[in-house]
Amino acid sequence: MTVPRIHRETWVNWTLLGLLLVAPVIANALGEVYYVNLATRIAIVAMAAVGLNLAIGYGGMISFGHAAFFGLGGYVAGISAFHAFDMTPVLSWPVTMTGTDNLLVIWPAAMLACAVLALAIGSISLRTSGVYFIMITLAFAQMIYYFAVSWPTYGGEDGLPIYLRNQFPGLDSNDPLSFFLICFVALVLALAITARLMQSRFGAALSMARINETRLATAGIAPYPIRLVAFVISAVITGLAGALFADLNGFVGPSMLSWHRSGEIMVIVILGGVGRLYGPLSGAILFVLMETLLGGLTEYWLLFLGLVLLFVVLFARGGVMGLLAGRARHE
Amino acid sequence: MSDAVLTLSHLHKSFGALQATQDISLDLRAGEIHALIGPNGAGKSTLIGQITGHLTPDRGKVQLAGENITALSVAQRARRGLGRSFQVSSLADSLSVLRNVMIAVQGLQGHSFRFWKPVHRDASLVEPARAAIARMQLESRAETPVSELSHGERRQVEVACALALKPRALLLDEPMAGLGPEGSARLTELLEELKHEVPILLIEHDMDAVFRLADRISVLVAGQMIAHGVSDEIRANPLVREAYLGD
Repeated sequence: MTVPRIHRETWVNWTLLGLLLVAPVIANALGEVYYVNLATRIAIVAMAAVGLNLAIGYGGMISFGHAAFFGLGGYVAGISAFHAFDMTPVLSWPVTMTGTDNLLVIWPAAMLACAVLALAIGSISLRTSGVYFIMITLAFAQMIYYFAVSWPTYGGEDGLPIYLRNQFPGLDSNDPLSFFLICFVALVLALAITARLMQSRFGAALSMARINETRLATAGIAPYPIRLVAFVISAVITGLAGALFADLNGFVGPSMLSWHRSGEIMVIVILGGVGRLYGPLSGAILFVLMETLLGGLTEYWLLFLGLVLLFVVLFARGGVMGLLAGRARHE
Repeated sequence: MSDAVLTLSHLHKSFGALQATQDISLDLRAGEIHALIGPNGAGKSTLIGQITGHLTPDRGKVQLAGENITALSVAQRARRGLGRSFQVSSLADSLSVLRNVMIAVQGLQGHSFRFWKPVHRDASLVEPARAAIARMQLESRAETPVSELSHGERRQVEVACALALKPRALLLDEPMAGLGPEGSARLTELLEELKHEVPILLIEHDMDAVFRLADRISVLVAGQMIAHGVSDEIRANPLVREAYLGD
């Protein structure tokens, strides 16, 4: 037996994850709640990007509409909290459904809602490819955005405040560090599931659908259903991140559904390294830190983000992960 | 006709005014190599497309082992036992030889919606794939990315992928193209053995290989089948000599 050599990328991955875990614990000990929440934000945005990375990086489906799932997840959390607070039913027909502030109910509901929406959007969008796919996913997301804007029940344009953060049984989710840990575990699970998925038969088929669709079909595997299922899983991960995001901010509004948000998640995936497991995490760290540090200095921080993105696209095709861990490995 | 594995009956395909395929009928029988030859632009690619499912014929039908597969997709035909190689190598270049062949084994088994078990530890995928690779004498290259293979080796991987599907019929589109005399001779040997397991429809420009391998030959010129028969008949056929063999 030889001891398997630990690859450089694995070290980079663990270091990033370790930093994300240790930093808020220290910040919390120092009483710097702001930085705990910043780390929570990184974890959540990274998770949204993990979802999108499954579609773009592993599946080759360049979705420009993932804000639809991010926002829907957020709205499920917001609407449920709204009704729990108001003690009014979410639905009174055909079944009575009351609101709840239990995260263990809200999360599956958010994931289910995103799965259903992704199935609808994906089954139509995946009949196209390339630039048409990008545009049609954008169009669907914009439809949902305008729907939210024009639906007064849940705040319309103004959005919906979540007065009391939804609760996780046995934990005080209002405590910033506890809520960070919830989000951190969710991110780690999303990463672990993606890693495992991509090693499975399904992952092998999805990779082949991206690399060479004809080869997959020639092997007797139809690419369309493979892509559709991957698109749904991707949406579910991003949607759960959206539910967490709404609870972090105590607010959900149409901005979570807008195409800016889709673009932001996509930028994070590209910054971090498309198709690299920890690319979304490194991209989210870079993005949120730039947003916070540069955004604090100048209103025009997006200009600098643009320059960084330009640099990454032109000179570091593997994104941050490419810089830190070298070229992607293949089995 | 009773032992025909693959049968094409009266296939027609036009693109606008161009009749790319005109009333083509052909059959592939168990244990044989049937060569399809014809000059460039004769409509070979269009015909192949109709067999594999990339194109739908305007009229006529394609049958595999007695089943009408004319309306089926590429993936459905592959699952029913139609293996093929491509004229221009179509593999996943960034993946290893083993991974390329494994996807064919996975297709054969039909379980692609399994999300948990890692494929590299799945003996039911790895072992048949290695067997197909060994069949093409590529064992030493199994872990090598396809992008690092020679042209000839890629051809062999293509055939290994097709074999891993345990096909009922094999369609090889110019497998010798770009091979040196050595590689060509080796592949010829392999195909000669292989035909006893699975009949081969061979599209090929290398006439030496065709005349050595083929039990029967069909000649396609300008979308029409101008001749078919055993090697000697084709060699002697004045129409063929005029149209194709360059006399």
